[in-house]
Amino acid sequence: MDELIGEFLAETAESLDTIDSELVKFESDPTDRATLDNIFRLLHTIKGTCGFLGLTRLEAIAHAGETLLGKFRDGTLTADSAAVTLVLQSLDRIKLVLAGLEETGSEPEGDDSDLISALEAMATGEAAPAPAPAPEPEPEPVVEAAAEGEEAYDADLGRPLRPGEVSLADLEAAFMAAEGPEEAEGAAAHDGDEDDDADEPAMATPAVPAPAGAPAQPAAAVDKADVPKGEAVRTQSTIRVNVDVLETLMTTVSELVLARNQLHQIVRDTEDSALKTPLQRLSSVTAELQDGVMKTRMQPVGDAWKKLPRIVRDTQQDLGKKIRLIMEGEDTELDRQVLELIKDPLTHMVRNSADHGVEMPDVRAANGKAETGTIRLSAYHEGGAIIIKIADDGAGLDPEKIRAKAMEKGLATADELASMSEQQIQRFIFAAGFSTAAKVTNLSGRGVGMDVVRTNIEQIGGSIDLHSEVGKGTTFAIKIPLTLAIVSALIVKSGEARFALPQLAVRELLRVGPGSAHTVESMNGAKMIRLRNRLLPVVSLNGVLGKAESGDGTLNGYVVVIEATGRKLGVVVDDVLDTEEIVVKPLSAQLRNISIFSGATLLGDGSVIIILDPNGLSNELAHSGEEVVSEDEASAQAAAADRQRLLLVRTGEDDVKAVPVSLITRLEEFEASAIEVSDARHVVQYRGRLLPLAHASGVDEFKREGRHPVLVFSEEGRAAGVAVEEILDVVEETLDLQMGSERPGVIGSAIIKGRATEVLDIAWHMERAWSGAPQRPARAGRHSILLVEPDAFARRMMAPLLAAAGYDVTVVSGLHEARDAAQMGAQYAAIVGDPGVLDTLSSEGYWTQVPRLGVGEHTAATASTASLAAIMRPSDRGGLIAALDRAARGSQAA
Amino acid sequence: MDYQTSLEFVTVRIAGQLCGAPVREIREVFAPQAITSVPLARGEIAGLLNLRGRIVTVIDARVRLGLPARDPSEPCMALGLERGSELYGVLVDEVGEVLRLGADTYEPVPAHLDACWRAMMSGVHRLETDLLAILDMQRLIAPESAMAA
Repeated sequence: MDELIGEFLAETAESLDTIDSELVKFESDPTDRATLDNIFRLLHTIKGTCGFLGLTRLEAIAHAGETLLGKFRDGTLTADSAAVTLVLQSLDRIKLVLAGLEETGSEPEGDDSDLISALEAMATGEAAPAPAPAPEPEPEPVVEAAAEGEEAYDADLGRPLRPGEVSLADLEAAFMAAEGPEEAEGAAAHDGDEDDDADEPAMATPAVPAPAGAPAQPAAAVDKADVPKGEAVRTQSTIRVNVDVLETLMTTVSELVLARNQLHQIVRDTEDSALKTPLQRLSSVTAELQDGVMKTRMQPVGDAWKKLPRIVRDTQQDLGKKIRLIMEGEDTELDRQVLELIKDPLTHMVRNSADHGVEMPDVRAANGKAETGTIRLSAYHEGGAIIIKIADDGAGLDPEKIRAKAMEKGLATADELASMSEQQIQRFIFAAGFSTAAKVTNLSGRGVGMDVVRTNIEQIGGSIDLHSEVGKGTTFAIKIPLTLAIVSALIVKSGEARFALPQLAVRELLRVGPGSAHTVESMNGAKMIRLRNRLLPVVSLNGVLGKAESGDGTLNGYVVVIEATGRKLGVVVDDVLDTEEIVVKPLSAQLRNISIFSGATLLGDGSVIIILDPNGLSNELAHSGEEVVSEDEASAQAAAADRQRLLLVRTGEDDVKAVPVSLITRLEEFEASAIEVSDARHVVQYRGRLLPLAHASGVDEFKREGRHPVLVFSEEGRAAGVAVEEILDVVEETLDLQMGSERPGVIGSAIIKGRATEVLDIAWHMERAWSGAPQRPARAGRHSILLVEPDAFARRMMAPLLAAAGYDVTVVSGLHEARDAAQMGAQYAAIVGDPGVLDTLSSEGYWTQVPRLGVGEHTAATASTASLAAIMRPSDRGGLIAALDRAARGSQAA
Repeated sequence: MDYQTSLEFVTVRIAGQLCGAPVREIREVFAPQAITSVPLARGEIAGLLNLRGRIVTVIDARVRLGLPARDPSEPCMALGLERGSELYGVLVDEVGEVLRLGADTYEPVPAHLDACWRAMMSGVHRLETDLLAILDMQRLIAPESAMAA
């Protein structure tokens, strides 16, 4: 029986959630018969099961609720909000009883007569105008016949119907009307007749919903009923699987992946060709399996939203507001573990928007807005993350109020506040202990504020951002990783030991020590570096791990700048090796109390390494003074060598892309009417010549009116324009391409102002403007290029970048290896790398016909580098790719 | 552990002392390889290793018994055991044989033993030529330092 009750609880909880949202929908459109049928059927199922399980209290409530709904159904009552509220209340009561049931295994004691009589009063009282009123609780066939307009004595049940009870035939009709998934299922629903009898408690036939032979049919029918409404439809054939089973499966697959990686390593070392084919097969099967198992963990984000329509509705009722809740992208899937963790923060935020964001109807009207406010909830995938946005068109966050509050709470001084931008001030709502609501309502403001939301989201490696305009509304954007089980990590070295540092926290990477632009300085033992004219606190990983610093105490190696617990700090490591997708495994109880470790993982070579916890590292700084992250570092105008000025442009509806400013010749604006079509190309007259245009979105659709901003690029005496929708901003950022892109027109993505932003492939767009069709994707095969780079770090960073741009990259570490390659007769379309080495190669007579591109810090051409086609700064990756494209093309043509 | 029902013991040597671990608690015996040391961890944690794709926390039995840690270059073996879903490996000098012993040779832990030893033992078996210290494996891998018995 326990198992049955567990099953019942799970099933009922789902049904109740559905009823909740369906009721709200029904309330807005009381003529929506399909929705009502759905609600009715679900409640009926709950009632029936309760009867079977002997849960009398639940059954009584469900029965009374069903009676009222029955009145809606046969039209004797119209559903007004008072009636719907009453039904919702009875659902709440049912949930309460269920909670008790879950805890103790039996129904808790309690009296529901108040609720039941209210429901009955509503059903009968309002029904008074109907021909035959006042049904007594005792069966009275005549009354029912009049009220229901149908046979009161149900032949299937073999007894008269109770008030409000529905005959099986009627129920059957409801099921049939719900257009079952397919005919077979419809027939199966017929077979389910006996099960339906279970709504008579005395009969000990198998229960309606799950346990018996025809269990899935009602549920399937319900799912199907949703289809015409265009709602999220879950699969038609689903089974319930214990979450533990899925977790175990996931763990097993992770192990399989690691075993496969090891096997790969071994085969690579031994060159045993007999193993290669089966290993390849194992590899692809493993990848498929991993994909499949990951899918089982995925749940649509809509599952976390189910309660929201009800919450918004209750707010409207309680506060007298008018709010429309729009949900978009509820099918967007994410790991169920993550979903669980964001459920509460999301609910809280929507509540906030309804409560504090959207104004009262009269206020809205006075401000010239529609009386009904809108809260728009949307979700979509971007990179390896999911973005959830909560936007309202309410009052917006008033910076003045927040400023005053921040002062009052002592979060900042007047001077500090005076120098802050509006956005920075608005971000104070995320500060601990901050709440702007003037009065505490029953919905939000229970002492849990946005700071808790922020903390929760940051705990799972996500981030939250807001954009608010007074009078126009507020938008929150949450970015969270798709899954916590597999993360991308930077592998760093401390002494001989390797550690993994999750990429999500990593902001930039700097080199420190003699010969590099940065040095670690210390003041009374506290270490820091100068970064863009500011001091950034740093900790040394060796120091944190309790190891002795190397040699004379000067720190060499790399500084990984991470952002955690709301501040930025640098972590000095001896070396940066690689990035790798790692499977996170928990540490044993023995080690869990070490705060700077968050887990362990296995690398491809089979070794175990420890995962560092950015939050723990940040806390290591606790004693060395606070350095709260400033949001506006772009204002610190220091052109450090590794920074680039990037132009942010909008290319589509909500599509921000970046272009390195160094590549742009001019920014122009043309009247839309000046854009002409000539020879199937878009052109504009510019300085007495025709300037071919391409649109940065990749689709050549230009504005019909107004002015069109155009980025003008020129090279080799030719010019081309790339039109964008809007020029947004110029920022100074380290352009660190995180991912290459398969899509034409985009080089890859980089983190710019904390957002993943795509970087435009200017060479591709220029090509497109000139020829009408881009050359790059059509480039037959991939060009082979040689990358000569003595610096291991530069090698690691450049090789993937070049590969992502569509080149087959052969990497060598120096002159020696390059000579070997030349003597083997290797042919390349271009050679990229250290100017000195390239020069020597050419003077020795290797690859003299091949274009050479130097990459070095000092771009000033010297005599020795004269033989190079171009020399680029390593940070100018966009320029490098563009130059390489030209060079490789040239060599192809030659 | 209940010595009376664990009649079979794997004999191991730890710093010269013959010890016994109840067979039913030992998942396997393996030669530990490539142990990743864990900085900041307590002394008895020799590190982490990869055992067929699972991460094993390795504990040096010598340290747990209050002896100096082993030199990493010395050859050693490990007893693999499980606690909950976590895997542990206990480093010993060498693994001997499996002995079946009855209650007749059993003695409780001698009261004048060092406290560290007393805390980690559940009894002694009198063998013909030697004394076999029965190790309490769960205590040995317990995270809290409940050494002071």
